[in-house]
Formats: sequence, C-alpha cells, structure tokens
Amino acid sequence: MSEENYSATAEIGALRLRRSRWQRLWISLSKAPPTAWFGFIVVAAYIVVAVAAPYIAPHGESEVFAESYALPSSEHLLGTDQIGRDIYSRLIYGARNTIGLALVTTILAFLIGGCLGLVAAISRNWLDQVLSRAVDVLMAIPALIFALMLLSVFGSSAWSLIGILAVLDSTRVFRLTRSVAVNVVVMDYVEAAKLRGEGLGWIMRREILPNIMAPLIAEFGLRFCFVFLSIAALSFLGVGIQPPTADWGSMVRENASLIQFAQYDFKIAMTPMIPAAAIALLTVAVNFIVDWFLHQTSGLRDE
Amino acid sequence: MSKGEVLLKMRDVRIDGFSDERWHKIIKGVDLTLHRGEVLGLIGESGAGKSTLGKAAMGYTQPGCRLVSGSIEFEGQDLAQMSDKEKLGLWGTRIAYVAQSAAASFNPAHRLIEQTTRAADRAGIRALSESRSDAIGLYESLQLPDSKHIGERYPHQVSGGQLQRVMTAMAMSPRPDLIIFDEPTTALDVTTQVEVLAAMRDIVERFDTAAIYITHDLAVVAQMADSIKVLRYGEEVEEAETRQMLSAPEKPYTRSLWSVRALEKEENSHDDYILSVDSIDASYGPTQVLDQVSMQVPRGCTVAVVGESGSGKSTTARVITGLLPSDAGSVQFNGELLPRRLQDRSREQLQKIQMIYQMADTAMNPRQSVGEIIGRPLEFYLGLSGAALEQRIIALLEMIELDASFFDRLPEELSGGQKQRICIARALAAEPELIICDEVTSALDQIVQEGILKLLLKLQNELGMSFLFITHDIATVRAISDEIVVMFQGKVVEQGPKSQVFSPPHPEYTQLLLSSVPEMDPDWLTGVLQSREQSQEHGG
Repeated sequence: MSEENYSATAEIGALRLRRSRWQRLWISLSKAPPTAWFGFIVVAAYIVVAVAAPYIAPHGESEVFAESYALPSSEHLLGTDQIGRDIYSRLIYGARNTIGLALVTTILAFLIGGCLGLVAAISRNWLDQVLSRAVDVLMAIPALIFALMLLSVFGSSAWSLIGILAVLDSTRVFRLTRSVAVNVVVMDYVEAAKLRGEGLGWIMRREILPNIMAPLIAEFGLRFCFVFLSIAALSFLGVGIQPPTADWGSMVRENASLIQFAQYDFKIAMTPMIPAAAIALLTVAVNFIVDWFLHQTSGLRDE
Repeated sequence: MSKGEVLLKMRDVRIDGFSDERWHKIIKGVDLTLHRGEVLGLIGESGAGKSTLGKAAMGYTQPGCRLVSGSIEFEGQDLAQMSDKEKLGLWGTRIAYVAQSAAASFNPAHRLIEQTTRAADRAGIRALSESRSDAIGLYESLQLPDSKHIGERYPHQVSGGQLQRVMTAMAMSPRPDLIIFDEPTTALDVTTQVEVLAAMRDIVERFDTAAIYITHDLAVVAQMADSIKVLRYGEEVEEAETRQMLSAPEKPYTRSLWSVRALEKEENSHDDYILSVDSIDASYGPTQVLDQVSMQVPRGCTVAVVGESGSGKSTTARVITGLLPSDAGSVQFNGELLPRRLQDRSREQLQKIQMIYQMADTAMNPRQSVGEIIGRPLEFYLGLSGAALEQRIIALLEMIELDASFFDRLPEELSGGQKQRICIARALAAEPELIICDEVTSALDQIVQEGILKLLLKLQNELGMSFLFITHDIATVRAISDEIVVMFQGKVVEQGPKSQVFSPPHPEYTQLLLSSVPEMDPDWLTGVLQSREQSQEHGG
C-alpha cells in the first residue's frame, strides 16, 4: 500500500531553502540594524587608513618639523606635538601600528587559548585539570599589573609586548573555548568520530571547531577591543610601543599636558583627546558588530 | 454515541507560518466540528499541522504564525475575532491545554497543588477553601498514589507519568468545556502510558468534557477518541468514527499509517555467533547499571534488545563499542576477545562494528555535507579518494534509496527520515559486519519508520550483516527481529528466538511489557485494565 505514495527522496525536508552562503550572508546583512552598519563602515574606514597609511599621511611618521606645538594650519591639519611631529600624520600611522599589533596579539591569543581549550574539552581528564588550574592561577593576578611586571622583566620590545599580552589574553579564550566545546563534545557525531577511531586533530578541527565558530568569532571582536585598549594603556604608561613609532596610547600621554590649557583655548586642549577618540570609536564600532553577530547566531528573534 | 450540542465549530481555517524569510502555509483550510462530551482524535505525522490546528481550536497561534482566514466558533462566539483579553478569560477556565512535556510545563519552584488550582482560583470558580479538597478529589480520580499529600510535592519529586496526570488534574480543575491534549503520552514509557491513558479517559468521561486528542499514534488515539480525523500536509485526509476508521479506512494514506504494525519477518536463528557478550557488569561512577548481562548475536541475524528507559539497553551498546569500559565480563567478536577500552581496539575492530543513533539530528555534524559525512569512513577505513570515492558515495546513496542530488546538501536541508538514511549509509560505508541500532526509528513517523525498517531488512538480505537492535517498541521488534533480549533494571530478563519470547508463559516483566503495547482495537485498554484487575485479585 504505502509503496505507492512513499519514496524517501520525495520526503519533505525542513523548511529551510537551499541557499548559497553568499545569499544567506546578504539576507542577514540587509536586515542588520543601523548600529551594525555604522560598525561596519567605521571598521572598514580604519582598515583602509591602516593599510594605506603612507599614501594618506601628508608627512612621515617620525618627521620632525621646526615648530613644536604648532597650531593647526593647512600644513599641519592638527598641528604638531611637543617635538614638532605632525599629529595628523602620526594619527594615521598610529592606526596601522596599534591595530596591527592588537590584531597579531589577538590572533596569537586565539591560537594558544583555542587549541588548549579544545584539547582540555576533548580529553576531560588530568590534562584538563592541569590546564584549567594553570589558567585559574594566571587569571587570579590582575592582568594589567601582571603585564607591567612581565614587561619590566622581559623589556618592552614589540615582540615581548605581543607575547605577554597574547598569553594573558589566551586564558580568557581558553575558558570560553573549553566551555562551548564541552557542549559539542557530548554530541553523537563526536562520539561517532571517536568510534571510527579518528585522532585528536580531526576531532578538533573538523568535528568541533566549525560548530563553535560563532561564539569564538564574537569573542574575537571583544578580545580585540580589550587587547587594543591594553596596548593603548601600556603605551600611555610608557612601557608599550616605544617612540618614535606612532601609537595612539603614547600620543595621548605625550600631549596630555595640553589639557591644562583648556581654560585658555579649548580647541588646542582637545589635541590629546583626538587619539583617545580614535580608540573609543573603534571599540564602539567593533562592539556594535559583535552585538549584531551574537544576536544573529544565538537565534534570538524580535517578537 | 449520543451527541450533545455543537461546542466548537471551525470553518475553513488557514494558518501561515513564517520561517526562513518567507511565509508558507501550515493549515490549508480545515473544518472541524466538536460536540459537547465528544473526544476527537487528531492524528498525522510531524509537520502535518495537527498541533497548530489543536492550538487554533483555542484561538491561539504560536509566535511566528498567523491566522489567515476562517472562523473558530466556541459556543457561538468567534475566537478568531476576539481580542487577546477576551480570549484570556476563556483560556484556563473554559478551554484547557495539556502539553506534551509535563516536566517542562510545570514551574519547578511551586508545589503541585498550588499550580493545579491556580487557574480556577483566579477565575473565582469556587471558594478558596474548597479548591484544595477539589484538587485532592481530582488526584484521587486520576488514581495518583497518596492523593491526599502528593499535591504538597514539587514537580521534580514525582515521576513523569504522575506529572502528566497532575497536569490533567490542573486542566480539569476549573471544569472546562474543552480540553486539548497535545501528545500527552508520547514522552512516556509504554508501561506508564497505559495508566495515564486510562486515567485521562476516565476523567474526561466522568465530567463529560469535550476533548481534542492530538497524537501520531493511531493505537493510542483508538483508546481515547469517539472519532478520528487524519491530517496530512495541513489538509484533512478523512474523518470517521473510531471503529469505522480502524476497520475500514477509506484513503490509502490512512491505511499506510498503520502498515508498520503489519510488517513481520520470518524468524531465522542458529548457533554461529558473531558477537557474544558474557556476564558484563558496568557502572557510571558509583552506580551500577549493568548486572551480569549476557547476550549473543547470531551471524546475519537481528537481535532486538527491548526494555523501558533506564533498563540498560543503551549502556550495553556502549560497552560493546568500548565507549564505556566494563567492570567485569567479556565481549567476543568473531570469536576474538575485544579490548575493553575503545583506545585499545584496532582500526579493523572498529570498522567491523558500526553504530546508528536514535537522533539523526545530533548524529551528524551540521557543518558537513552529506558527501563529507558518508565519504569520511570510506577515506578513513578503505583509503578511497577522488573519483572512486565519489562513485562509492553515490552508490551508497542509491543503496539507501536516495540519489546523487543529495551529495552536497547539509543535514538541516533533509527530512527526519532522510537524515536517518544518511546515518545508515555512513555505517554501511565502513563495510561492517555488525551494526548496532540504538532506537533508530523511535523519533520518526510511522510511514517513515516503515521505510527505514524495510531498508534495513533489505540490506541484511543483500549484504548479510547482523544487527543488534535496541528499541522499546514491540511493533518494531515484531517487524525485524530474529531473537529478542528483554532487559529490566540492568538485568536480562529473558532471551530467545522471537516466537518463544512472544508466546506464553512469560516472566512477569515481559508479560507487563507485552500487554502494555497499545493495539489497534478500541476495546484494548478496557481489556488490559480488566485483566490486570483480575490478576491482582487472584494474586492479592
């Protein structure tokens, strides 16, 4: 009886249509709120500036001009700093240095924290215990103070800055990766892979990682902001990126004294606020994107 | 049956649902008439729209759904035109709803009796002083144990079957005119289901309440309903009185709905065992779950392991696959002792035993395409690649009655039955000698179940492989097994060829299990209850 009207191929599947990845991306982008669009535009602008810095900047990064503390003019759009470098040009180069450094650090933090987190989640034995407790110890010490201490031990070169911040931030990545991965590890398809005899590498890369990408990408955005702020803070304290390399954190510090002149000339006094604003704007923009992305992937719907 | 006046009249109801960026039709114009005191069974496969229609009978549509057109007249008032506030006045007092998962529907922070009487108290149906005694009376008529005090417990302190009965009491508390039961026994074990069904039927009859009973199980609805309406793809297939529907369904679709129960396999049994499990003990932490479990699988045969949830069926499978190392005992495969731990087994040993899971959804990586899922064992065990790999995958797809167009689909683009077929293909790809099937059909609709079972039988005939088939469904056992192992509380109660296990005399538990399976006979429940009463009288 049933053979007449039953065939496996004709069964109606889920309501999901067959759409390519690009179509799906376009659908979700076109429904993105204005805040997310604002975020995209700002981040895109920063990337353009960072990549094309030498072409956009009117002057060199550490080119010194005769007049220090020059007022804004057609020659120096934002004036010059305490030793006569063009602030506008340094702001543009600063994008490249600060963002580049933060990006490398965050990627490194994700490689370390992500791999160890996955290993811990899959093994769930003594290895998990050792790694998790080690991470707890690292997290128990306030990050900024710990970073200051380590930087004074290893010296503040760009590489030690990257290495130290990456290790410290990888602890947070480890915790997140481990906690989302343990939910995937118990799925039947991971069990099926284990039963097949698959090695650790395959299970990590092919079975688990693709299924925890969404929270990791969101975390990447947030982590990037934190690293970015840490670098700026360390530079402000004088142990981060070293002069003459331009960087927003140290630019705030170098011109900080100008703020005292606010009662005489408000515009000039705002000079140290410009790199600070650049930091704030990027942080806000990235957060807008992450918010939207999390909302998308968590499956929440506005009713 | 004498029919009272018309209570509910739905005419040409159409409901749309929104998903994946578009509206599509869920209910495509269904009429429904319900008289006072009448019980109507709504049956159909998942996606047939039976739940949506049941909720629409209250004038309710889920978020993401909308009532497009049609009228829903409850005592002459059109619910479709009513404001939410007016409908709230009816819900929980005149119209009640019993959900599938009682555990998820109770508030864990309040005592049962408070939740039972809440709706009636709020509507001021009776004096507050009387509401407790009324609830206790309801508990009593639903045959809840210790009915005077059970209301003082919290939801997690009673069993699933009891909770489902408390929910029925809650629905009954304001003495509604209409109750909607939405798959109330689907999540329960067969042995528990009987008691819940009997209690529900009894109380609906006693208060002469009209009810809509939604289920996918025809045998269950046969016990409850005066008439049955069959739905498919959001349209009515047919409606008839229960007896007539069972004895002479008109439409081929309706007939096919219970054909799985007619499926039966010739028994085949011998002494050449491919797998023999010898007095195994196993435990999760300090709790022992398996106690001296032994079973044998003859080569090329199907052994069904039956028992209710918690009886240790799946744990046995985990021990055989090595996922859970046993505490004592041995597992022999092809006469060769298997290492206890998965890590110690060779690739060849792993290849020869494959597993198919209950939930095909979670058994497939949602980020891998069908081709990748089936292709991986081919790559891994057989070292195939390139064109040979692709050819083999397509051959496997054809073997499971799908075609090459499925190659690059993702699991979420497949139906439940198709997903399970892909899982079968993945197991086949490894060219195993034994496949362990863990409740592989229990999440599927009847028709799809039948298709899968037929496929498994066909594969066994063609490839001569052996199956260890874990299930709680006796109809499935009848359809595919050669031998049967009955498990209860971590022990094997009975093992033997199908004909032997199915014929008396039975051990006590086997008797209970077999008699609890609903049959397609409206008098079955009454008969079971009577015979149990008699045997209790004799025994007591």
